[in-house]
Amino acid sequence: MAATPTRSDALIHARGLSKRFGNLVAVDAVDFDVDRGEAFGFLGPNGAGKTSTMRMIGCVSPVSGGILRVLGMDPAIDGPRIRARLGVVPQADTLDRELRVAENLYTYARYFDIPGPVARQRTAELLDFVQLGDRADDEVEPLSGGMKRRLAIARALISEPELLLLDEPTTGLDPQARHMVWDRLYRLKQRGVTIVLTTHYMDEAEQLCDRLVVMDKAKIVASGSPRELIERYATREVLELRFAIDAAELDGKLLGLADRVEVLPDRVLLYTDDGDAAAAAIHQRGLRPESTLVRRSTLEDVFLHITGRRLIE
Amino acid sequence: MSGALKVLAHHLRLYRRVWKGSVFVSFVSPVLYLASIGVGLGSLVSRGPAHTIGGVSYAAFIAPGLLAATAMMTASSETTFPIMSRVYWMRTYDAMLASPLGVRDLVAGEILWLTFRLAIVSLIFFLVMAAFQTVHSVQAVFAVPVAMLSGLAFGAPVMAWAAKQRTDTPFALLFRFVVTPLFVLGGTFFPIDRLPRLVEGIAWLTPLAHGVALTRALTTGHAVASAALGHVVVLAAYATVGIAAAMVTFRQELAR
Repeated sequence: MAATPTRSDALIHARGLSKRFGNLVAVDAVDFDVDRGEAFGFLGPNGAGKTSTMRMIGCVSPVSGGILRVLGMDPAIDGPRIRARLGVVPQADTLDRELRVAENLYTYARYFDIPGPVARQRTAELLDFVQLGDRADDEVEPLSGGMKRRLAIARALISEPELLLLDEPTTGLDPQARHMVWDRLYRLKQRGVTIVLTTHYMDEAEQLCDRLVVMDKAKIVASGSPRELIERYATREVLELRFAIDAAELDGKLLGLADRVEVLPDRVLLYTDDGDAAAAAIHQRGLRPESTLVRRSTLEDVFLHITGRRLIE
Repeated sequence: MSGALKVLAHHLRLYRRVWKGSVFVSFVSPVLYLASIGVGLGSLVSRGPAHTIGGVSYAAFIAPGLLAATAMMTASSETTFPIMSRVYWMRTYDAMLASPLGVRDLVAGEILWLTFRLAIVSLIFFLVMAAFQTVHSVQAVFAVPVAMLSGLAFGAPVMAWAAKQRTDTPFALLFRFVVTPLFVLGGTFFPIDRLPRLVEGIAWLTPLAHGVALTRALTTGHAVASAALGHVVVLAAYATVGIAAAMVTFRQELAR
């Protein structure tokens, strides 16, 4: 992945961007560009440097090295002017428990010099948008995790930002709540809002991101669209097999059946473009797996291929 | 509107809900102190051989000391738990920093808010003092700003320190080993020249002793310009160093 040439129209432009905390290198010379109107993802395991990168883009954490331009400006010089045009949904919820739901929005508007009547109108619209219109006068604390996250998103939108930064927007949410958040983010993207998010959920990255970078150990290890990454680092399908016998005894018998075979303690993964054909071939060789599953490759396969199965090993 | 004023406005919005209770407490506590210790304990002092302390009644002696000490107490409570909460528990500052507000705005806004709280508490205290006839000089009009400065001299360094705390245990220690001993030994209830020399020397290193000495000189009408200037310089130095330190610690905690 050759670094794309500098584009003056990029909303975010990073070259050799680094963040150090003492001796710890949290972000190690990463290059990326985010274009206007796209949804861009940072995918990676915990501690890969995603949040540090987001905090630099959000002009809260000073850059330790390299170049970073957000909306064409330098965060070190124009931090407040950049932040005026950003919306930020942090990983840890920063809603104000001393304020009610609607108050959280229109008091936040004051920090952006939004006039009171405009703030109230936007508050009403945004609460409807995140489906919290009927909770406007409620306390924040009793809201569910999904509601709080939607409220945080609504608050980040009060200034009508061009660029929305979300750090793990659906971590800890149940499936319904996650889908609701995804749906709202998709609508924002359709309205032309540029979205940058971090996630360690592969399905989230596949659902939302036009392009993404995979971060591991402070570096970008792969980049592209979800489809490109799957094509480059995985096969079209994956055949998952479970055997009653020790999988290690099988190794030789699976040769030539797939592009790549991965033997895990509990199952065997065959990366192939035709999972059904591979499953048939297995049976022809006289092997009788307890269970057979053919599925599409996902970013998870890409991700585990690139970053390795460190936790399992 | 500048960023600091926006932070102040946020605090004022929340204060609007509790201001009645807060003002009531600010009124009741000086009434209780001056009635019980000033008048009650004071009646024993006036029966003693000297009758007065420094030429004034015991109530008039302790009232300005209590004014300065109350400012210190208010500053301590406003700059310990609330600051840690906004840094760490509630993360109010993280939310503010995701807007155009910066770390300087946060610190300046907190100082404005603390100044506002000290103004209210000191002014109410002063009115109660006047009602108890413990104000003896026109110089006393400066007692309120001096008490506020005493509060800032104590509150600003505490704020810088509180931003770095992650549990409330250190705050209990601060109250037990710094605030309360100062309250008792800082010259509020008796002249600190009665203390052992070493303890007196330590007392003069703290902002409270200077705040008490100056407010007392002002309300009793004995303030001398040169001495007053010396006290103000010490108090202003504490406040200035505290604010500068808060700029550093807030940045360390919030904008790493």
